[in-house]
Amino acid sequence: MDATLKKQLEITACKVRLGIIEGVFNAKSGHPGGSLSIADLMTYLYFAKLNVYPDKPDEAQRDRFVLSKGHTAPALYATLAEKGFFPKEELKSLRHIGALLQGHPCIHIPGVDMSSGSLGQGISVACGMALSGKVSNDTYKVYTVLGDGEIEEGQVWEAAMFAAHYKLDNLVAVVDNNGLQIDGKIEDVMSPYPIVDKFKAFGWHVIEADAHDFDSLEKAFDEAETVAGQPVAIVMKSVKGKGVSFMENNVSWHGAAPNAEQYAQAVEELTAKLKELEG
Amino acid sequence: MADVKKIATRESYGNALAELGDKYENLYVLDADLAAATKTGIFKKKFPDRFFDCGIAEANMMGVAAGLAATGKIPFASTFAMFAAGRAFEQVRNSIGYPHLNVKIGATHAGISVGEDGATHQCNEDIALMRTIPGMTIINPADDVEAKAAVEAAILHEGPVYMRFGRLAAPVFNDPETYKFELGKGIQIKEGKDITIIATGLMVSEAIEAAKALAGEGIDAGVVNIHTIKPIDAEIIIKNAKETGLVLTVEEHSIIGGLGSAVADVLAENYPCKLVKIGVNDEFGHSGPAVDLLKEFGLCADNIAAKARDAVKAK
Repeated sequence: MDATLKKQLEITACKVRLGIIEGVFNAKSGHPGGSLSIADLMTYLYFAKLNVYPDKPDEAQRDRFVLSKGHTAPALYATLAEKGFFPKEELKSLRHIGALLQGHPCIHIPGVDMSSGSLGQGISVACGMALSGKVSNDTYKVYTVLGDGEIEEGQVWEAAMFAAHYKLDNLVAVVDNNGLQIDGKIEDVMSPYPIVDKFKAFGWHVIEADAHDFDSLEKAFDEAETVAGQPVAIVMKSVKGKGVSFMENNVSWHGAAPNAEQYAQAVEELTAKLKELEG
Repeated sequence: MADVKKIATRESYGNALAELGDKYENLYVLDADLAAATKTGIFKKKFPDRFFDCGIAEANMMGVAAGLAATGKIPFASTFAMFAAGRAFEQVRNSIGYPHLNVKIGATHAGISVGEDGATHQCNEDIALMRTIPGMTIINPADDVEAKAAVEAAILHEGPVYMRFGRLAAPVFNDPETYKFELGKGIQIKEGKDITIIATGLMVSEAIEAAKALAGEGIDAGVVNIHTIKPIDAEIIIKNAKETGLVLTVEEHSIIGGLGSAVADVLAENYPCKLVKIGVNDEFGHSGPAVDLLKEFGLCADNIAAKARDAVKAK
């Protein structure tokens, strides 16, 4: 990846992480761990990959994005705000009464293509959008992000069968493999492993990636572009809570908000990182 | 009624889709391995490129329908009522209802008239389930003419619609030349003085027969057809309650949460009066020929007339 772009993406990802912390702290609830694990991915998608238009959020040929792991809405919102779909100020009223930003993604929010949050359902909707694009010869692509715990839902595999059966090569599903779900390690709760082999067995082209390395993400999405006749799954190894030291790999941050002290520490760490990057 | 033409409304559904496919190029049909039974196979034959089988995976089918609607298509997602409203309830609620997407759900094989397949496939709960979803329109057509008109009305309506069709051949009593379907409007089939029978779906023709029998005994029973259960036509219900002071509802659905409950809500809040509900009582169905089951469960003209007679006498 071009060094300037990479630097820019690293800076943006840091701002997205700050937005996530801002949102969850002000909401006094929410899901920071899985939001932070996809912060780099969201940054890559919205700042290097997707054809989306903040001034024309409903543009017909825009690429579609469905956050199937909808509980990590703070990552989507922070990214959309950074991209200019709505003011960053909105992040401060996330989950508040009368606020634009609902606890889980809602289709009425600018830039949000689908309401989601009930796990397993987003990937089916993404399949429908991809099928729709195929039958109409549309140019857009459809991207969706699943949690590694989410793929324990049976509906995911109904959708996986469907996407391969209808050869939806305009669909890319990313699995955020951070290894943790609410009740603990995914392999202890209900192992979905081997994830790569499962998607392969369902007829998908599978690519493995490092969720926190923009070179790796670019390589994966570039490879996805070359695949014909099959849907693509990108299984990316990630760190839950990535970027905030005390949240990393700690399952207790799946669905908890930081207190004032923890918030200050998280902001301090991310601001220091941002300063270092901006040099 | 031996010489009356009979057509199952599932057949009407399949035929209507195939007939309307030319006019509405944006119409797409999904099914879950039941195209032969839901009759969407008729559409598939004519428009193979706009028909997608989702296999035995109803939850995914509802999501796919949502995705098609979110990108401008008008999808009809078809399966048995049990699987559309029952198995996929939460997908319908969260992926279709909450984002208020333009998905039409064609649910066939509703009620106990499924017959021999028995209780697992006899869905008497779908109207109750669908009524609870904000913004969901529910249509339960009574015959072939109404069912076909309802399919086009659903296409023209922007938003999610749940359509309920039956397996059993039903008498065609509406005149295709004069019939007009108005979404959300009940139809006064007959005015009455002593009692109003409010019926939906397969029970409308039975209600008409019951009213004829009652007339022979000197009881003047009005008949109202409620094809749109949500939003319900409160006006026609209140008007009839005021005129007769006695209402009887009849539906091929549980007495809990269906037409009877919807009518009770309207009456309780606007014009409280005596209400008699006929439907499937709080019990499961079982196997048997559809016509025999309908008789056994009291979903027939004889029982409607008997219950109406008792209610009028007790006035």
